[in-house]
Amino acid sequence: MEPRPASFWWLTAFFVLFVVFLYGPTITIGILSFQGPEGGLTFPMRGVSTYWFHNLFEQQAVGDIWGSWRRSFILGLMVMVVTVVVSIMAGLAFRTRFRGSGVLFYLTMASLVIPSILITLGVGRLFDQTGLKIHWATSGFGSQLTWTLPFGLLVMFAVFNRFDKRYEEAARDQGASDWQTIRHVVLPIIAPSVIGVALFGFSLSYDEFARTQMTAGSYNTLPLEIFGMTTNVTKPVIFALGTLTTVFSFAVIGVFLATVWILRQRRLRQGSDAGRGV
Amino acid sequence: MSFLKSETARAWALASPLVLVLLAFLVLPIIWILVLSFWRATEFAMVPDFSFENYAYLFGSTVTWQVFLSTFRYALITWVLTLLIGFTVAYYLAFHIRSSTVQMALFLLCTVPFLTSNIIRMISWIPFLGRNGLANQALLSMGVIDQPLEWLLYSDFSVILAFVHLNTLFMITPIFNTMMRIDRSLIEAARDQGAGGWQILTNVIIPLSKPGIMIGTIFVLALVMGDFVTVRFMSGSQRSNVGRLISNDVGLLQYPSAAATSIVLLCTVLILIGLLMRFVNIRKEL
Repeated sequence: MEPRPASFWWLTAFFVLFVVFLYGPTITIGILSFQGPEGGLTFPMRGVSTYWFHNLFEQQAVGDIWGSWRRSFILGLMVMVVTVVVSIMAGLAFRTRFRGSGVLFYLTMASLVIPSILITLGVGRLFDQTGLKIHWATSGFGSQLTWTLPFGLLVMFAVFNRFDKRYEEAARDQGASDWQTIRHVVLPIIAPSVIGVALFGFSLSYDEFARTQMTAGSYNTLPLEIFGMTTNVTKPVIFALGTLTTVFSFAVIGVFLATVWILRQRRLRQGSDAGRGV
Repeated sequence: MSFLKSETARAWALASPLVLVLLAFLVLPIIWILVLSFWRATEFAMVPDFSFENYAYLFGSTVTWQVFLSTFRYALITWVLTLLIGFTVAYYLAFHIRSSTVQMALFLLCTVPFLTSNIIRMISWIPFLGRNGLANQALLSMGVIDQPLEWLLYSDFSVILAFVHLNTLFMITPIFNTMMRIDRSLIEAARDQGAGGWQILTNVIIPLSKPGIMIGTIFVLALVMGDFVTVRFMSGSQRSNVGRLISNDVGLLQYPSAAATSIVLLCTVLILIGLLMRFVNIRKEL
């Protein structure tokens, strides 16, 4: 191997600094959430304890942390399922350049870059003034989809742009119907990316704040609850909550990555060796 | 029924759920805001009308111009910083990491925070930047300053720091994606012709990375211009941008006024993006 140029080491240093910048604050509140009962929001640590974690499980003076966590979890699953199904369908549609596809594509991208406040204000007003009930599972759910679907579709674009159509042609030549081709050829091939879309759908919904703010109604989702806490809680209990939910997010990411990895292993084990000997 | 069997009909059928969601939760709400922006608000109620009162008030107020100016300033500074950091990181990952496994692992390391809570990530700057925070403690003990800096938290500094912290990822990902598709033989050719590392960077890599830079720019500008949470939280409500102007109106139940400001913000962002889109074909870049 040729030796590394000097620039490599400078860039490595820069990259390490960037990662520290990215994760440093999160790790700091991770440490501070183990503050002693007398400790405050900043260092020094006044003892080490799990007091603030216990505090989370006790009755809170304001708000409903666990209720909001449950709602965010359910909403995340709802958004995940719908994002996956709708993105795959739209991804399949966009493989042909149908009439109006350009408009639909730009509309979807507009959904991504449009200031979130327009979505949250617009959906909130629309529901309120037409007499529909503002609720996290209706207006909140729809608002979040305007954020997750464009990401899902972008992933699908990336997948189908690299998709080898000969696999489908082979299936069709063997007499497979449209649905059989999708079910047994296309879906298994794109499965790892679909899992990626599912992860995006769940995580982006679970942490979504801006588009849910005026569309969740009387029951808060977890990010709304946490934001509410920032204005009236000045104790490390908020760090404990932040640490727990971040650990949960990491666990979710871990589960999805592990699934992709297992899929790949299975594919390597069971894959055909046709053509290898040539 | 040849129409139903046509490619176009099939495609629209497959895309129909997407169309429905976008109509119900994007197009209709925005039309609703547009309509609302022409209503009049009395002290107690909103009155349907076709009046330019809200817009006249908006454009007549010096506050509006100042707030738009400060929104542009946040966007510009954040754009420069995220571009410099994002490009450097993407360049390092794409051209200096030789093993593709390490490359993917480091890329994931940069993207994972995107899937965690922005609110928590903002909160976690408090122990760093506060009056008794780590930054002040470190600077004091090193003797660089003799009293704590007050401008670290709840200032323009902390707002921009948070913007960069939250949004650099939107630069890294598209630039990295474009860089990975640069034909390596072009770089080899440049080297064979005697180009140095810096020349390869400025004459080959940067021009070929432009589409990624454009997409990243669109993301960052749109997110910063439309923000209404980061500025409020990181400035302790002491700074403002357009998003806050709108959410303040909402807080006062002045919906028509909030709607008018939203429409002006929307037009500003769309014009900006429209200009940038002239330089890049997004669909080709995926």
